[in-house]
Amino acid sequence: MAKIKGDIVINVERCKGCEVCIASCPFSTIAMTKEVNGKGYHYAVKVNDDCTGCMNCAIVCPDGVITVYRAKVMAE
Amino acid sequence: MEEQFAKLDIRKNENIVYKRTDLLVDRPLSYCPGCGHGTVHRMLMETLEEMGLQDKTIGVSPVGCSVLAYDFMNIDMLGAAHGRAPALATAIKRMWPDRFVFTYQGDGDLAAIGTAETIHACNRGEHFTMIFINNGIYGMTGGQMAPTTLPNMRTSTSPYGRDTNIMGFPLKMTELVAQLPGTYYVTRQAVHTPSAVRKTKKAIRKAFENQKNKTGISFIEVVSNCNSGWKMTPVQSNKWMEENMFPFYPLGDIKIDGVLVTPKAETVKV
Repeated sequence: MAKIKGDIVINVERCKGCEVCIASCPFSTIAMTKEVNGKGYHYAVKVNDDCTGCMNCAIVCPDGVITVYRAKVMAE
Repeated sequence: MEEQFAKLDIRKNENIVYKRTDLLVDRPLSYCPGCGHGTVHRMLMETLEEMGLQDKTIGVSPVGCSVLAYDFMNIDMLGAAHGRAPALATAIKRMWPDRFVFTYQGDGDLAAIGTAETIHACNRGEHFTMIFINNGIYGMTGGQMAPTTLPNMRTSTSPYGRDTNIMGFPLKMTELVAQLPGTYYVTRQAVHTPSAVRKTKKAIRKAFENQKNKTGISFIEVVSNCNSGWKMTPVQSNKWMEENMFPFYPLGDIKIDGVLVTPKAETVKV
């Protein structure tokens, strides 16, 4: 059976660490790092494999730093 | 950490379902983290990209936090004097009726110094789109009290809360202009959750489609947060906005196709 799997790519140098994406993600796929980027903000990273490519994080991101990929994959 | 969960077989160009639009210039936005301005900018530019109006649109940027909107939007833009964006947009639309014109204003611009221009432009029924970002505060100058500040809301010029006996009541611009015969589509939206952002995008699209028919002003108010001015984190300020702003500024359409819709939300006691 085919499943929908997604992936996100975050432009960490543009991320301002507002955490709005974390509140909107239904699968808790995004979390903040302890490290900071070039501007001194903590940035968002993907922390698990549950992403389905629903685009919620990308749509609420005020700076538009998230690119979303989505594909059908066959379950192993 | 990020590489650990990267799915390189999915990460291909043909699988992209969402990316930042090319109509936003590739430079960092000047807004605070979590500010609703960035989201509205992106929704506006995505709408123009989908409708293919990049070379036919002229925007008017205001004075306020979004004064640099012309730096981020890759379309023709003009900067207006404080509050006078509707007057400038009127001139552009009358000189060039086939162009799509919008103004992008905050509450200090549209509801304070530009009240006269706003009301008269709406009353004349000019055929452009007005986008009004309402965060209840003068964000750029350091969080002073604005006409749209809620009763008992603390700002830097009302440190004990807005006392309505001395400072008056908040101004509901959107309900005000909905009464005028020149407005065709009046709505109030928000950008704090994914569903709210999708509704805002639909409203912006409807507003630009109304310009094709030359039916009158489309007025979109977006209730936004100002986490710096409210002294909160972005997530806290979104929650505060839901609890305090939305009872006073209820979301939803107020006038569709020139007909007033009965507001279903309750009003708050002041």
